[in-house]
This record gives sequence, C-alpha cells and structure tokens, in this order.
Amino acid sequence: MSSWFKRKDKGIQTATEDKKDVPKGLWYKTPSGKIVDTEELKENFYVSPEDGYHVRIGSNEYFEILFDENKYKELDAKITAKDPLKFSDTKKYTDRLKEAQEKTKLKDAIRTAVGKSYGKDLVIAAMDFAFIGGSMGSVVGEKISRAITYSIKNKIPFLLISKSGGARMQEASYSLMQMVKTSAKLAQLAEAGIPYISLCTDPTTGGTTASYAMLGDVNFAEPNALIAFAGPRVVKDTTGKDLPEGFQRSEFVLEHGFLDKIIERKNLKKQINLYIDLIQNLPIRTEPKTE
Amino acid sequence: MEYLDFEKPIQELEEQLSKCLIIGKESEVDVTETCEQIEKKLEKTRTDIYKNLTAWQRVQLSRHPSRPYTLDFIEAITKGTFMELHGDRTVKDDKAMIGGLGKIGDQSFMFIGQQKGYNTKTRQYRNFGMANPEGYRKALRLMKMAEKFGIPVVTFIDTPGAYPGLEAEERGQGEAIARNIFEMSILKTPIISIIIGEGASGGAVGIGVGDRVYMMENTWYTVISPESCSSILWRSWDHKEEAAEALKLTAKDMKKQGLIDGIIKEPFGGAHSNREEAFAIVEKQIVKTYNELSKLTIKKLIKERMEKYEAMGVYND
Repeated sequence: MSSWFKRKDKGIQTATEDKKDVPKGLWYKTPSGKIVDTEELKENFYVSPEDGYHVRIGSNEYFEILFDENKYKELDAKITAKDPLKFSDTKKYTDRLKEAQEKTKLKDAIRTAVGKSYGKDLVIAAMDFAFIGGSMGSVVGEKISRAITYSIKNKIPFLLISKSGGARMQEASYSLMQMVKTSAKLAQLAEAGIPYISLCTDPTTGGTTASYAMLGDVNFAEPNALIAFAGPRVVKDTTGKDLPEGFQRSEFVLEHGFLDKIIERKNLKKQINLYIDLIQNLPIRTEPKTE
Repeated sequence: MEYLDFEKPIQELEEQLSKCLIIGKESEVDVTETCEQIEKKLEKTRTDIYKNLTAWQRVQLSRHPSRPYTLDFIEAITKGTFMELHGDRTVKDDKAMIGGLGKIGDQSFMFIGQQKGYNTKTRQYRNFGMANPEGYRKALRLMKMAEKFGIPVVTFIDTPGAYPGLEAEERGQGEAIARNIFEMSILKTPIISIIIGEGASGGAVGIGVGDRVYMMENTWYTVISPESCSSILWRSWDHKEEAAEALKLTAKDMKKQGLIDGIIKEPFGGAHSNREEAFAIVEKQIVKTYNELSKLTIKKLIKERMEKYEAMGVYND
C-alpha cells in the first residue's frame, strides 16, 4: 500500500468543532430504519409516513399543530432557572443551563401560551425534552402554576403536553416539591370546573407521571409513548425480571386503565377540541376557514 | 336472521311465503291467492306469539343474538359524535363496561353501559357483558366527570351479572358495586337508566340507580337469573320457566311493583326485528326524559331520587 494512504496516527484526530457535518435536516431516520424526507415529515405532523413513528417534537411544533395559523401569545416567557443549591455534578448546573439555553434557544424545559384552537381560546403548556431531558425544576413548576392561574382567571381550558425524564436532580427537593405545587394548582383548576387535558408524549416519566401527567380530566397519549414512573431499565435492574413486550408504552398503559384514549398526532387538534365541546356542552367546532 | 324456539312457526311460514313468491315469479302458475293466504296466516301467527309472550320467552328475547347492544344504541343516537373514554385509573380498562361522551342534538351526555359481543371472539373480548370491579370503577369515574361538568348521564344495562371471578373478588366486586350505588344516589346531575337486554342483579344495579329507570319491553330485571334461581331453589336448571314466572321479572311486572319508572315499547317482534326503529324510540325517550329532568334544580332532583328509593319495599308494620 502506498505510504500516502496509510494512517500515520491511530484513531480519529479531528476535533469535534472541526468535523464537517452533512447538511442537517435533509433526511430523517426513524428507529426502525426508515428514511424520510424532512419536508415530508413536517407536512405529516412529524410522523413518519413510512412506519407511523411519532418523532419527538417540542413546544414550537405542538403550538404550530394546535393553534390556529400558529398564532399565540406566550406566557411568562422570561422566567429562567436559579441555582439555589450551587449544584455541581460532572458540570456545574449553571453551565449546564447556559449550554442548554444556547443549544436549544429555549429558556427552560416548558413553554406556556394562550391562543385560539378551532377559534376558541386554549391555554397550552408544552414541555421541551431537548432542554435537559425535559426535567422539571422550579421554572417548569412556576410556569405551569401561572398558566393554570391564567386558565382559571379567564375560564379557558388547559392542555398540558408532558415530555419529560422527570424531576430535575440539580434542584433536588425544590424539584420534588414541584410535583405538589403543580398538582395543588390542578386541584384549584378542578374546583373552578375548568377542563384539564393531559397529553402524554414520548417520554413521560418519573415525577411528571407522578403528578400532572396522570391528573387530567382525561389523559390522552400519542401512540407508543413511554409512560412510566420508574423507567424500564430501573424496573428490570430492581426486579431482575424480563419485561413484557410493549411494557409501559401507551397501548400497555391504556390497557391498564390509566389513559382515556390514544390519539395519533394528526388527529390531536380535532380530538382535543371534540372533548372540550363535549364536556363543556358546546356545539362541535371544526377547523375555521382561512381566507 | 336467527329464530328462537317459540318463533319456529313464524320461520316456517316465512319460508313458505318466500317459496310461494319465487314460484309466482318463475312460473306461469298464479299463486297470488296462496301467497296472500300465507301472509295472512303469518301476520296472525306473529300477533298470537308476540302478544302473549311468557316471562321465559321475554328472557329469551332479551338475549337474542341479533339484539342491539349498548354501543349500537350509542353510535346510532349520537351520530358520529361519540368519544369513548377508557380506564378506571387503577388496574385495567374493562371491555365489558364502556363509556364516553356524545351528543344528541346540541346536548352532551355521558353514556355508560355493559357491552356484549356479537360473535365468539368478541363475546370473549367483552367477557359476555360481565364487568369486573374495574368496569364499575370506570363507570363511576366517568359519572364523576359528568357531575363535575354538569353533563347528564345515560346508562344502558345489559348484563347476565357482574363477573364472579377470583380476581374480581380480590379487587372487591362487592365494594365496587356498593360504591356506585352510593355515589349514584347523590350524583349531582340527572341520571337516566335503560335496561336494554338483561338486568341481572347487582351487576345491573351497579350502574342502574337513576332519576328515571326504564325497561325496554322484552327485557328482564331482577335479583337473579331464572336459571340460577331454578338451580338454587329447585336444585335443577329445568325449572327456569317457572322461576322466570315466579320472579316477576318482566317490564310489565316491574312497573306494576313500582320498581321502575316506565316501559319503552319495542318494534313489533322485538328490538332486533327493526333496529333503526328501536334506536329512534330510545333516543326519543332519552330526549323527552332529559327535558323533564333538566327543569328541576339539582337539589330537587336528588331529593326526588332519594324519595323514590326510600319508598321501595313491602312489609307489615
């Protein structure tokens, strides 16, 4: 072999920042290996037309899917996290937050907004998994709490889209207490007689499941979402047992009585609004005509 | 079309009639008169049979394999607006008990009922309409949801009984039914209950406490199935006809005893002989009853419900 072809140094030496990327966003590969054109994916509500795989999306995409003409007013957009415990693991919590903010262009793991859906006001809180695994700390708790207050004040139905690895360890017991804070606020919403719809998406786990995700007047879920308190790996390690197929997936959770219905993403807007019209005894609405 | 034993004379005449009509069509022979005669006889036979049904025959009709079931009624009367809701939030989604929201006209209702299957596979899937505790708990959860939002409740009763299984007992079948009766007696929203098929005992009453309880004409409602009654009291299943008579379980008997509020007439020959008509009659009854009940304040509604049940029972004093 000619010497110019021979690798002189072992391993890959290029620094990460010098690596050349394939232009991002042309193709998407689903877990089952299907390749989908990203434009096509977007038009199909971020669901692979090849195998029905529901791609993990964030608040931006959910707002776009659910609010009429993607018009909405974001609530409490400026709240950011503090570091009350001066927490540090492999990284300082403050650095982790800064990195996440830069990477995702988000302030924290949830965004809340009010807008019209099928022409009627709806408050939506949508979690972003991309921000530190959608973990719930003080900011998530406070924004949910304020969104619920907004719902109560203005008598608007409340939809919360969960997508979370659970409580944020870096805020320790502050995070734990967000389970109580959000659940207590939901009790207020219930007292006020305003519908609360919980939508569980992939993944909805830990403290999220053990608080607001399971407390809807109706609990809906997207197909094949992982919905669990302790995740499958923890259960397996603890019990030493093999887990049944589909364990803790939407269909399993429905069968065990914790979900009202599984809804494909393309039907979300219609089904959520149908529920609102049925439970509030209003005439059934459809997508308003755009000019 | 499936025929019950006592419907055999009708089946024979119907077959004769269709043969006669075929002959008329395919040959030169004039059979008009013969056909007319058979038709007349058929009408008379039908009238004789259905006008004088025994209690046991009504029990058989209530279990007719072509009889419409809960979901058939709901889907027909809500016209595409039905949203089924699942789960008891504890252990399971019971397929023998279904529920959800739907509209009749502009009004939302919470529909709940036992569901039977229409072939071997779906009968097993629906556990033959025998709910487990989780079914009753799902029903209660949905009733509470309806109460919270002021939505009236309609229950459809069609069960050979609550499921007598091992796990059902472990999970508290008795407690589940008791809890439902308790909660339904004070539920702050109108409840209309309709027995559309079999109304067997605690399994039926577990979703059957209402401001108005109706029985369709060919249904039964009592404390035990005639077969089980026969087997316990006569020590053999052979006395089911006698048991059916003795239990006074027909709609007419139940109305006479003051234990139900009314009878819903069925199409001639039973609900299965004209399903569309049966759906329309039931829909009309729900709307009419709801319009009456919605005029009452919640306080008055519950007071009248209480008084109704307090008055039930006969005794020497």
